[in-house]
Formats: sequence, C-alpha cells, structure tokens
Amino acid sequence: MTKLDAKIPEGNLAEKWTKYQSSVPLVNPANKRNLEIVVVGSGLAGASAAASLAELGYKVKVFCFQDSPRRAHSIAAQGGINAAKNYQNDGDSTYRLFYDTIKGGDYRAREANVHRLAEVSGNIIDQCVAQGVPFAREYGGLLSNRSFGGTQVQRTFYAAGQTGQQLLLGAYSALQRQVGMGNVTLYTRHEMLDVVKVDGKARGIIARDLVTGALERHFGHAVLLCTGGYGNVFYLSTNAMGSNVTAAWKAHKKGAFFANPCYTQIHPTCIPVSGDHQSKLTLMSESLRNDGRIWVPKKKDDPRKANDIPEDERDYYLERRYPAFGNLVPRDIASRAAKERCDAGYGVGSSKMAVYLDYAAAIIRYGKGEANKRNIHNPSNEEIQSMGKEVVKEKYGNLFDMYKQITGEDPYEVPMRIYPAVHYTMGGLWVDYNLMTSVPGLYALGEANFSDHGANRLGASALMQGLADGYFVIPYTIGAYLASEIRTPAMSTDSEAFVAAEKEVSDLLNKLMNIKGTKPVDYFHKKLGKIMWDKCGMARNEKGLKEAISEIQALQKEFWSDVRVTGELNNFNPELEKAARVADFLELGELMCQDALNRNESCGGHFREEYQTEDGEALRDDENYAYVAAWEYKGASDFELHKEELKYENIKIAQRSYK
Amino acid sequence: MSWLTKSFSTSLGKKLLMAVTGLFLISFLLIHCSINALVFLQDGGETFNSAAEFMATNPVIRTMEIVLFVGLLVHIVDGLRLHFENKAKRPVAYAVVDGKNSTWYSRSMGLLGTLLLLFLVLHLSHFWVNARITGTIPEEITMFNKMKEVFASPFPVIVYVLGCGSLAYHLMHGFQSAFQTIGWNHPKYTPAIKCIGNIYAIVVSIIFAAMPIAFHLDLIK
Amino acid sequence: MEGNLNLTLKIWRQKNANEAGKFETYQVSGISEDMSFLEMIDVLNNRLIEEGDDPVAFDHDCREGICGMCSMYINGKPHGPNKGVTTCQLHMRSFSNGETITIEPWRAGAFPVIKDLVVNRSAFDRIIAAGGFVSVNTGNAQDANNIPIPKDDADEAFAAAACIGCGACVAACKNASAMLFTSAKISQLALLPQGQVERSKRAQAMVAQMDEEGFGACTNTGACEAECPKGISIENIARMNREYFSAVFTAK
Ligand SMILES: Cc1cc2nc3c(=O)[nH]c(=O)nc-3n(C[C@H](O)[C@H](O)[C@H](O)COP(=O)(O)OP(=O)(O)OC[C@H]3O[C@@H](n4cnc5c(N)ncnc54)[C@H](O)[C@@H]3O)c2cc1C
Ligand code: HEM
Ligand code: HEM
Ligand code: SF4
Ligand code: F3S
Ligand code: FES
Repeated sequence: MTKLDAKIPEGNLAEKWTKYQSSVPLVNPANKRNLEIVVVGSGLAGASAAASLAELGYKVKVFCFQDSPRRAHSIAAQGGINAAKNYQNDGDSTYRLFYDTIKGGDYRAREANVHRLAEVSGNIIDQCVAQGVPFAREYGGLLSNRSFGGTQVQRTFYAAGQTGQQLLLGAYSALQRQVGMGNVTLYTRHEMLDVVKVDGKARGIIARDLVTGALERHFGHAVLLCTGGYGNVFYLSTNAMGSNVTAAWKAHKKGAFFANPCYTQIHPTCIPVSGDHQSKLTLMSESLRNDGRIWVPKKKDDPRKANDIPEDERDYYLERRYPAFGNLVPRDIASRAAKERCDAGYGVGSSKMAVYLDYAAAIIRYGKGEANKRNIHNPSNEEIQSMGKEVVKEKYGNLFDMYKQITGEDPYEVPMRIYPAVHYTMGGLWVDYNLMTSVPGLYALGEANFSDHGANRLGASALMQGLADGYFVIPYTIGAYLASEIRTPAMSTDSEAFVAAEKEVSDLLNKLMNIKGTKPVDYFHKKLGKIMWDKCGMARNEKGLKEAISEIQALQKEFWSDVRVTGELNNFNPELEKAARVADFLELGELMCQDALNRNESCGGHFREEYQTEDGEALRDDENYAYVAAWEYKGASDFELHKEELKYENIKIAQRSYK
Repeated sequence: MSWLTKSFSTSLGKKLLMAVTGLFLISFLLIHCSINALVFLQDGGETFNSAAEFMATNPVIRTMEIVLFVGLLVHIVDGLRLHFENKAKRPVAYAVVDGKNSTWYSRSMGLLGTLLLLFLVLHLSHFWVNARITGTIPEEITMFNKMKEVFASPFPVIVYVLGCGSLAYHLMHGFQSAFQTIGWNHPKYTPAIKCIGNIYAIVVSIIFAAMPIAFHLDLIK
Repeated sequence: MEGNLNLTLKIWRQKNANEAGKFETYQVSGISEDMSFLEMIDVLNNRLIEEGDDPVAFDHDCREGICGMCSMYINGKPHGPNKGVTTCQLHMRSFSNGETITIEPWRAGAFPVIKDLVVNRSAFDRIIAAGGFVSVNTGNAQDANNIPIPKDDADEAFAAAACIGCGACVAACKNASAMLFTSAKISQLALLPQGQVERSKRAQAMVAQMDEEGFGACTNTGACEAECPKGISIENIARMNREYFSAVFTAK
C-alpha cells in the first residue's frame, strides 16, 4: 500500500489547473497578516515565491547562505528560459511544450504538473518583462527567441548568456521591494540546519548565523524549501561551491520522501577538467550547440592539432547518429555520445577526455550572411572571417571570453574542447500537485523538488519551473493548506520541539568540531565525488553500484572518525559549513546508488549499461518502472521505497527517438 | 526651500555644487586670462590697463565679482568638505594601491585645489586686496606696473608658476569631470569635451605662467 | 605538485569585525598555471588545515564570474591584474614565478570586515530595497510583447543590468563610492518603459540610501569603470546624475 497521494485534481488535463485555481480555498487578507511563512532559499524559486507571498500579505522570512539573495546559483544559468508563447509563429503551443517536456523527461514525469507548467510559462515572461528584465530583442522591438536542445520550435527567451542572472535579479528586485516595505525579513549568511516539526507538521527551522555561529529558531506556519540541486555530491559539477543537499536532506530525515535521487543530468558542453586542483566545472551554454558543430578525429589518438585535421577526417558523430536533431539532441544523449567516443579512444586534448565544439563553419556562414546584409559582393576570406567573428561575438561573446580565461586558448581561432559534467539533479524531495512534501506544511520548490522533468530535463526548463513554482503555483496551492491554519497562532520558539531540534543540531556541530582528525573536509568530498562519478555517473551497472555503496559506507566511517574541522564553533567558519554539508552528501550518495540499483532500466539521466538497445540507446522498461521512486528515511543506510505510479492519459508512451 | 538645502547636502547635491561653481570659475578664468594676455601686446600695458580699468569700474563686472567670490568660496568649502568626507569613507587604508586605473591628478583634486588656494591667497594679496580693499596701490601705479613690480623678485614667480601647474592638472580633470557631474556624458560628445578640457587647461595655464616669467625676464615692454 | 609556480602570499588576517587585523606571509609552491586564483588559495588552505592552522576565510560561490561573491583586492587592484574578470576567473598564468602577491579585503567603511577577506556587503541589498525595482505585483503584467522596446535601449539596459553586485567599484574608488553600482540599476530601469512610472522616486530614494550607508561621493576618477569585472560604464553615473537632478528639481 503506497502512502503517496499526489492530489492531482480530477478532470480533463487541460482544465485541471484552471478548475483548481477557482476552487482552492482562500485565506482572507486579515488572516494572511497573521500567517508566517519561512522560505529557505532565494534563487528563482525562493525569491519569486517569497516576493509573491509577501505581496499577498503573508509575513515572510527568507534565508540564504550567501551574503545576498542575489547570489543564489540561479544567477549562473546562461542559456535561456522556455515559454509557450509562439511568438515565432512556428507551431508552438501549451500542449507542445507539455509534450516536449514529458518526452524529454523520458516519460517519467507527472502529466498534470507538467501541463500546469506549460500553461503558466507564458505568464512568467510577461511578469519578468514587466519587472524590467532586459531580454534580447529584435530590431522591431519585440522579444527574440532561440532554439534549444530537444525541441523543434524556437521558444527560448534569453538575455545574452546571462538569462539566469537577469531573471534572478528581477525576482530579487521584487523580493527587495517587499523587504523595503517590511513584509519580508531577510536572513542572509544563514544556513538552515533542520526542520522543526510540531504535531507532525512543519513549523519552523533551525538556522545557523554563519557570521556569529549562533543557532537560531524560526517559526513558520509553513516552510518552503527552495534550496536548489545537489549536484555537488559529485564534488565536481557546474553548481556553486556552496550548493548543497543539507536542507532537503534534513527534511528527508524528518519524514519528507526523497524522489528519484539517481536521475542526474550530465551536461554535454562543459570545459574539461584541467588537473587535480579543479574545484568546479564551468558550463558552456547549450545554446552553443545551435551554431557549433561537435566532432572528434576519425583516427584514434590523433596527435594532430584540431585545425590541422582535414574535414574528411573528422567525425561529426552527433550529426551522423542523429540526423534529425543533429547537434541539438537532448543533453543525456549528447553526453553519452561524447563519453562513448572518448572511451573508445577518440578523445582530444591532453587528457583525451574531451571532444571539439567547432565554430569555424558558423563563423563562415555568419560572415557570408553579414556580407550579404552589408551589400559586399565579393568578400575576401578575411572579411568573411572578421564579420563572422563579430556576429558570433555578439551572440556568444561572454561564453567565448569565459572559455579563453579558463583555458588560455582563443575559441575564435581553435575549436573549444568540451566534456560532459554534472549539471542538474532531476531528483529531489517528493511533492504532490500542491508542491507539498510528505510532511504537512513543508513544501519544496524549484530544483529542490523532483517534480517536472522526469528522468531528464530539457534545456531552459529549470528556470521556467523555478519561476512557475514561485510566482504562479505556490501562491495558490499554499492557500489549500493555510486556509485550515488560520486558527493556529504563531508559536513560541521556546517549545520543546524547537529546543530539541536545536540541541540535535548543536550536538552534530559539536561532534564535527571534536573529531579533530587528520584530513580536511575536501579530501572526503573529492573521494565521494570520484566514487559517484565513476560508479553512479553517466553510465552505471549493478556491480559498480554495489561497490559504490560499500565504498561510501566505509568513507562515512572514515569521515566521522578522521575529519579535521578547524576554526571555532562560534565564529565565521567555512570549514564547519563544508563539513556539515559533506556529511549529508555522504548519506545522499548512498541513497542515489540504491535508487540507481533499484531502477533496472535506462531512462533519461539514468543509464544502466545492462539496459540498452543494440545501437547503445537507453532501454526503458515502462512495464515495471513507470513510477516515481520515493524513498523514506528509516535510519542510517536504511531507506524504504514507495512507488507513485505514473499514468499517461494524454500522451502515448513511445521510445524516445531523435534520429 | 528646505528641499534645496537638503538636495545640495546629498552626495550628488554636493557634486552638483562643485560642478556649477567649477564651470563658473572656468568661464571667469577664460576672461581673466584673455585680459591679462593683453600685456603681451608690448604696448607698455596700455590696452591691458584700460581693460583692467574697465573691469574695475564697470558695475556689472563689479557685481559679478561678488558672485565670483561667493562661487569661489562655495567651491573651496564644498571641495574641501567633500575631500575630507570622502577620505573618511575608507577608515582602513590599503597596503598596496595600483594607481593605473585612474590618473593621479583625478585622485588629487583636493591637494591640487589646496595648492591653488595657497596660490590664490598670495595672488589676491598681491593685486586684489591692495587694489580694492586697502587701496595701497597709488592711483598712478597701474596694474601693469604693479605686475612688473611683483614679478621682479623670484619668489612670487615660482609660486605663480607652481600655481599654474596645479591649475593645469586641476582642470585637466575638473573640466570634463564637471560635465560628467551634471550628466553630460554621451559617446559622441564626451571625447570632444575631454579634448577641449585638456586644451583649455593647458593653454590657459601656459598663458598665465608665461606672464610672471616674461615679466621677470623683462621680456615685456 | 602540479605546476612550477612558487609564490609568496601576504594575506590580511583578521579574526572578526572587532579585532584588529594584520598581514601574514605564506609560501606556496608547485602551483599550476591552470589553477584559478581561488584554487590556489584552496591549496594554501588545505595545507593550513593539515598544519592545524585556521584557513583563510574568503567569499566565493559560483566560481564562474557571475554571482559576485568573490572579492579579493590583489596587488592593489580589486579582482587582480586582469581586466574584465572576477577573482574566481583569474588564473595563475597571470602571475610569474617568485612573485609576491598581496591580498586584502575590500576596504570601505560601508563594507565592514567579517573575517579575513570576507566583508559585509548588505548595504547593496538595502540600496536595491530602497527603489531598485518596478512595483509590479505577480500577476499584474500585460503581454510581454505589448510594449516594443528599441533593441538599442534593451541592449543598453542589459549592459547596465549585467552588474553582479560584487563591490569592486567601491573597493577601487578612492572615495569608496557606490555610484557605479547604484547608477547601473537606476540606468537599467530608466532606459526601459517599465521603469518610467517610478523614475523620479527611484533616483531619489536610492541615492538617499546610498548616502545613508556611508559610501563616498564620486569625483569622477573612473577607477570603478576600469576595475568593474562586467565593464559597467560611468556613463551610467552621468545618467544617474541626470535622473537625480531632474527628480529633485522637478518633483513637487
Ligand atoms: C551553470 C548552470 C547553468 C544553467 N543554465 C540553465 C539554463 O540556461 N536554463 C535553465 O532553465 N536552467 C539552467 N540551469 C538550471 C537552473 O539554473 C537551476 O536549476 C535553477 O536556477 C535552480 O533554482 P532554485 O531556485 O531551485 O535554486 P538555487 O538558485 O540554486 O537557489 C538555492 C537557494 O537556496 C539557498 N540554500 C541552499 N541550501 C540552503 C541551506 N541549507 N540553508 C539556507 N539556504 C540554503 C541558497 O542560498 C540559494 O539562495 C543551469 C544551472 C547551472 C548550474
Ligand atoms: C581655490 C581652491 C580650490 C579648491 C580647494 C578646489 C577643490 C576642488 C575639489 C576638492 C574638487 C572636487 C574634485 C572633483 O569633484 O572632481 C574640485 C573640482 C573642480 N574644481 Fe576646484 N578647487 C579650487 C579651485 C578651483 C578653480 C580656481 C577652478 C577653476 C578655474 C576649479 C575648477 C574645478 C572644477 C571644474 C571642478 C570639477 C567639478 C566636478 O567634478 O563636478 N577649482 N575642486
Ligand atoms: C599667473 C598669472 C596671473 C596674473 C598675472 C594675474 C593677475 C591678476 C590681477 C592683476 C588681478 C587684479 C585684477 C583687478 O583687481 O582688477 C587679478 C585678480 C584675480 N585673479 Fe589673477 N592673475 C593670474 C592668475 C590667476 C589664476 C591662475 C587665478 C585662479 C586660479 C586667478 C584668480 C584671480 C581672482 C579670483 C582675482 C580677483 C578677481 C577680481 O577681483 O575681479 N588669477 N589677477
Ligand atoms: S558595477 Fe561592476 S564593480 Fe560595481 S558591483 Fe557592479 S559589477 Fe561589481
Ligand atoms: S571610482 Fe569613484 S570617483 Fe566616481 S567614477 Fe568611480 S565612483
Ligand atoms: S565566485 Fe561567483 S563571481 Fe567569483
């Protein structure tokens, strides 16, 4: 018997959300003033939720571990945000966005949630433009779109290579407006270290003031976790250094189910690792695949420089294998294809773990186009090159600059070297249609939940989801819960539950400080990352996963006996912050491997080597695995699986093909 | 009118005051310089003296003089105040400062201004106080002769030349800075403003500096 | 040993806001040219931990030049010697073997030191809270394409909006002035039709908050523009001045 009720409204798919909106219980303005909401996280999901809820009249507290809400890692998103506006008149529609997202997610996402996401996608763009988000525009003054992986329409809105930044600054400004008006209280440099439950409901959090080290108790009638993804379990990822699973994991330990933890998105276009010192990986936006061509030499271990390899000795393997989508196949497919080539010995660069992303052809194409526009009839090669580079610079300049800074090579002259890297985690806290976790009053939004992307997320859909959750979903769905809470007065944080939760946290921190072992936290994090990447990364198999589980368990023991945390408990102490996060990653890593082991199929970001077609494509098992795997925490290394069946009433499940 | 004092006491208000008074001083110096340059006519100071006479007696000019002094005073007081207030905004100084991100003189406006102030004290005591306040220059001694007299000894000459040097640098930054402050920054015109500013600063200062030197070397007849 | 750079680091160490700080000197060796500056500090820190010392505290998060968190004043320049990059994007190939590198925190009264190289920049948040927004509640927006915006205006607004709030402008300015930061936000919104309604109020409120936070007044030295990792232009300061003056002189 499953304990999971997704609370999906009855009715026709396209009408569910509209009907829900007009029937959800409301909270009257006078009562809203007395209801307090704790929002953990200030990324797209957190900032948009906090601002919107404060606008409605709720009393909101916002927490983030950075020194300003504007620094949440949403800031780093480059490529763009999807919306079914059909401004390009190329056949887009709510249904098509819905369909693409379900298909892109390899038929492992919930139909109703995804449809709602597609429905509100257009409103997001409207809202952002009204806030002053400077999206890219055409000369006519209207919004510009680009195409992104996994779709055949142009529905991606963007602001150069800084879309996430601009969207987040929009949400941040809305948030700061509420801060200025006194409706939101900000707690920056605060890390949430536990959820407080009273009578089974989430009623607040324990947070550590990272500057003074003091533990604080904060009450809320409801708690929203908008704490982002956990890709850093791999140590190297495109996430920020501080991105963590701690908030979600603590919630998990307090009863929130963790869904599909093994679905990890490996992004195909990142700058390759340059050495042991590497602390993080840098993404080169997927939009680069619009114009760049990916190739490796046809000859194994070709020692020649890229530019010396003639055209007919290059293998444009994506174009070869997937003629319909070519370089624009979804991420999981592009990543695995790169790994396949490198593993087979065709990799490039000093590490041989990279493929080329080449702009030479695009530069010539754009150069010729530009010559036409400027009425230059017989342009010389140099003119074409220089005009082409100008166009490329205008479109991708900041990405090219970034590449140059990091590698010291000039991508206008030589092809970029890229390799896949961990980028996004589709898994997360299990939530129902209301975005509530399995703990009443505890919600999860944005990347922290598992909801909309199934086993693989399409490019430009995470920004859409984060903002949909925050601006347009939670303001309605939270009413369903809070309408019944209007008689609950604000609770004192001196209650037993709060005191006990704080003590638990303080014991844990003391324990970390007192191990006084010999190895820095990074040592353990790197080791964990290597296990995860090798055995629970782009390709997984039963043997490797089993090994990984026991290796992680051993590493947990070593960590708890030999980690050295310097500094003081009651002072600014980044080492202690890291240690607490890595402790949680160590537990999460184990669960991810378990989940991967349980899922005897390949789908999206989960590729089990045992389950593939003859030509190496993922082989799903819809018969047995068309479910959400939601794990309940039972104790150390003990997780119980609950299944939420996925019913496809509107889409016919098919093998995902991009050929 | 409290909004006015309030507006001028904000950071931007104080800057505006600097710019407006600065621009006014610039226009004064243009006239001052043009009239003084008449000494180079080698006519024994005849043209210069009559111009000076005109300036000294014309009621409009005399009124403007009051405005000038008020402006100068506001510029000095506001400038020094800004300088010290700004300094206090960085209580702990850097150990290493790489100055390549801006020009030294743009960072030394307070110092250059103070040097100018010292020069002005001396300058006004030479000419203006004597002529207008205490009246110790006898009627028959013209401005031309007074200049001859003052610049006969080397000390004032050195001070004047240094003063003009300070002026050049103060204005090389100040001229374009004033336009930036009042909001005139435009990709098309700003380069021109900067260019004119530099020419103005250098030419005016050279003409001024040439005077004491020429008198001292007895080149002016 | 991954590389062959040997360096002497002079780093500002300060326990907390109340205690006085001082420089400490450290040697690091075997630094690779491919390391980022922060990765070099990681190497130092892991060594300090192994030796039982307190590692150097510094702010950082995204390590790709966009969050604006990293903030080191390196050899007399915010974000180090290269143009257009943040500290996290600075790579060790920009330094030479045997060099001594002095690392200080951002210094400004309005950015008090929290620890070592970490400073408190929450003043920036309060400046934005004072007026750096368009007052449009969620759900109140019209269709995004209803108001066409000339591409040039949109591009210019974007260029101003690219500010990452790192505070290098304040750190570079001899007056510890926050005018580049403040003007970037005022400009972004002044350039867009959506920002017109609150234009005058915004300029006045943001400037007032900026003053209250204890930043200095700009004397147009241009150091901020030269050091800004995102190339924010001081044209924005001129625009802010126009916005402000027209606001105070025309407001009723
Ligand atoms: C390099 C990169 C590029 C991307 N590009 C795109 C793109 O082009 N298009 C797209 O759609 N998606 C993109 N994504 C994905 C997308 O950016 C993220 O999934 C999304 O922004 C996540 O938003 P969020 O609000 O859920 O979390 P985040 O923005 O990560 O915010 C997390 C917040 O939680 C806070 N927090 C976390 N833990 C705690 C704690 N314990 N206590 C207190 N606070 C805590 C943090 O301070 C932060 O404020 C990209 C991701 C990366 C990494
Ligand atoms: C006599 C003593 C003087 C002092 C103490 C003084 C001081 C200052 C100071 C501190 C500044 C501010 C720096 C800045 O904003 O860039 C300044 C600016 C300026 N000064 Fe002076 N100054 C003096 C004389 C003059 C004179 C004689 C002139 C003109 C001929 C002049 C023209 C300017 C101009 C144009 C500016 C720029 C205003 C702006 O930035 O908006 N100053 N002065
Ligand atoms: C170096 C060459 C200079 C010479 C020979 C010179 C000469 C004179 C003379 C003769 C007067 C008296 C005019 C009168 O009373 O009618 C005068 C006044 C004055 N000068 Fe100069 N000057 C010089 C440079 C400057 C500079 C560089 C400044 C400013 C920075 C300056 C500012 C003034 C002022 C403010 C007055 C009083 C104005 C007035 O009463 O109208 N002078 N100068
Ligand atoms: S204006 Fe430039 S230097 Fe200043 S905060 Fe913004 S990005 Fe940093
Ligand atoms: S450096 Fe400072 S002086 Fe003005 S131009 Fe920039 S704020
Ligand atoms: S760490 Fe984010 S900008 Fe440097």
